[in-house]
Amino acid sequence: MCEKQNVACDCGLRKFEKVCRILDKYDRRPSKLVPILQEVQHEYRYLPEQVQAFIATSLGLSPARVFGVASFYANFALEPKGKYVIHICDGTACHVKGSERIKEALHKQLGLDDKKTTTSDMLFTVEAVSCLGACGLAPVMTINDEVHGQVTPAKAVELVNGIREREQAE
Amino acid sequence: MIQQKIDMEATGQAYRQARQAVRRRVIVCAGTGCVANGSLKVYEALRQETEARGLEVVVKLGDDCDCKGDVFVSKSGCQGFCQAGPLVTIEPEDWLYVHVKPEDVADIVEQTLIHDRPVKRLVYVDPASHEAFEQTHEIPFYKRQQRVVLAECGNIDPEDIREYIARGGYAAAKRAFKEMQPEQVCEEVLASGLRGRGGGGFPTGRKWALTLPEPGEKKFVICNGDEGDPGAFMDRSLMEGNPHRVLEGIMIAARAIGADEAYVYVRAEYPLAVQRIRKAVADAEEAGILGEDVFDSGRNMTCQVMEGAGAFVCGEETALMASIEGLRGMPRPKPPFPAQSGLWGKPTVINNVETLATVPLIIAEGSGHYRRLGTAGSPGTKTFAVTGHVANTGLIEVPFGTTLREIIFEIGGGVIDNLGQVMPDGFKAVQIGGPSGGCLIAEHLDMPLDFDSVKGIGAMVGSGGLVVMNRDTCMVKIAHFFMRFTQNESCGKCVPCREGTKQMLWLLEDIMEGRATAQTLELLEELASAVQLGSLCGLGKTAPNPVLSTLRYFRSEYEAHIVQKRCPAGQCKALATPEILADRCKGCGACLRKCPVNAITGEKKMPHRIDAGTCIKCGTCAQVCRFDAIVGVN
Repeated sequence: MCEKQNVACDCGLRKFEKVCRILDKYDRRPSKLVPILQEVQHEYRYLPEQVQAFIATSLGLSPARVFGVASFYANFALEPKGKYVIHICDGTACHVKGSERIKEALHKQLGLDDKKTTTSDMLFTVEAVSCLGACGLAPVMTINDEVHGQVTPAKAVELVNGIREREQAE
Repeated sequence: MIQQKIDMEATGQAYRQARQAVRRRVIVCAGTGCVANGSLKVYEALRQETEARGLEVVVKLGDDCDCKGDVFVSKSGCQGFCQAGPLVTIEPEDWLYVHVKPEDVADIVEQTLIHDRPVKRLVYVDPASHEAFEQTHEIPFYKRQQRVVLAECGNIDPEDIREYIARGGYAAAKRAFKEMQPEQVCEEVLASGLRGRGGGGFPTGRKWALTLPEPGEKKFVICNGDEGDPGAFMDRSLMEGNPHRVLEGIMIAARAIGADEAYVYVRAEYPLAVQRIRKAVADAEEAGILGEDVFDSGRNMTCQVMEGAGAFVCGEETALMASIEGLRGMPRPKPPFPAQSGLWGKPTVINNVETLATVPLIIAEGSGHYRRLGTAGSPGTKTFAVTGHVANTGLIEVPFGTTLREIIFEIGGGVIDNLGQVMPDGFKAVQIGGPSGGCLIAEHLDMPLDFDSVKGIGAMVGSGGLVVMNRDTCMVKIAHFFMRFTQNESCGKCVPCREGTKQMLWLLEDIMEGRATAQTLELLEELASAVQLGSLCGLGKTAPNPVLSTLRYFRSEYEAHIVQKRCPAGQCKALATPEILADRCKGCGACLRKCPVNAITGEKKMPHRIDAGTCIKCGTCAQVCRFDAIVGVN
């Protein structure tokens, strides 16, 4: 490949290379759309529009069909997320034990709200999820899949501050 | 491909021998709850400390090793007592250590493993009676339970297929494939009276018997592990704690209907369950239990694991199938039922995880033996996830017919206040069955719980989530919480569910924010019955349940919001009326200093007052008050 190709283009090509590998793994079968999107999202942390279009063409589906599936399921992200994705459980058990206050505290600390969920420096994304299934430890939150139980607003803020300090030190 | 099939008899025998050669087993709970509390660090510390102290340690019992160790250190799935985690069990003494930290490991090794004594400071102490219990089966939380489906969950290594086989695993599947005809399997399960544990309670045997005679070579079994109910985690614990048992149930279901392909659909929010069930399938394939010519019966069987993508509606069987087919997870009208036309138009059976995990037991011990537990209409046991304002949260299993009082006050240890202290008269309600269910109140405490009795009072067992609520909970807010959930999760296909739930949510918001009038309640009830009648699938049909059942039992609370513009529990911010109780206030000034709008006045050591006009009802004062003197705000 020509070394003088511009960087953006090169990035783009490599992007699709990975997608191709994932598509091949599932024999490009349209019925495997959900697992394909999951794996692609795992790779890029969200589903960029042109990648969705590429998948649609490769599987012989309409882009609307792929976008329809991607936008239907809660786990698919259509916007880029922060480096640390914080999920605050809002299941019944967590809710009655005050998960809302944890969300409020984190929103306040990070300058976020229900509409703006990712910080401008792309470090944190804060989302409420319906139930993480660790109800015995309510209220629960996860930071990039690491589970923290019996969280208080103060502890949540402390965890976030700790991460930010570590990031700044690096 | 010719597989090298495992010799189950020999494997089991070898494992049991190896196990006997080891003097003591230490089991560290590695369910999601305990892992979150650091149980994996405890496990690592145990391995290092035992080796450092010169004990002979085994971490995996092998067929070929001579395993004459002193200690066998292993991990298990959820042991159920999540509140007290990380948990460490010592066998054969059945000692249970709670809240174990890596620093405690040295003591465990020194006292228990070397000097054969329990570590007194690590055993469970009942918070109410201050009585200490050394052995697991003595603890009230376990004593009242009958763990049948969960029997091995928390005792065995979920990632070791040989241990499952050594305990008689896959024998029932073998029997179903080798000694029984599909009709016999269906009949046995029908005779057991097993009803679907996913919520509906439809007889499992009948579902299978309806699918069996459908024509066509290709049929499917789907295991529904898309447990989306907030407040429920029994399927997760089963898949994490004993994945092989779920798999064995799937194989028996496949035999019963003549299917050769199965899917396990697991929530993506349960990464550990996904990982363990994937490993179970891979290990079973490697052992020749899954694959071609299963148990030399001439039949093939494959199983695939698929991760869900976060849609509550996919718990609905037709929506789940659409999701496997790569479509949006939207339900379609029935009939045709999945039994006739399911996945890719083929006859399909969908069962819940717990249902399938119960099946091997019925085939192994017979339907008569199974019926000895539970009630006539609902035989067997049910696992419940007990959470919320209760002293012992966790996963339990009791026979049908157990009362709510036994579950909450004896197993659960009683109702607690918002600070975690037991409040003897604090019980208000239990939300059963998640967003599809309803509320049970004090008058139902002595009612034997089973599918029919719960349905009779307008609720449902559902998947088995029990969320206990104390008297400081606002029931309007809880109804709003569930309504918001179903409104969010509505797939949008049918109008009554899509628009109806939205309007109901707004009506509830009107009530919570003081905009409601007498007509609001009427409209809410009318709308609720319209949504119930007109919705396409179970999600919409049951969405109004929490509203209707809270309205039935707590109508006065709704009316207080509407007429007096007051929230009796002091939870609804817009209606809060913070007040300082003069007899409790010590005049310390803590609230006065923290109030962001200077609404509190008062002299030192004299009762303070709140100016209602200035107050923004933020609740800061109530949070900082050490004397519980501020009421009406949370």
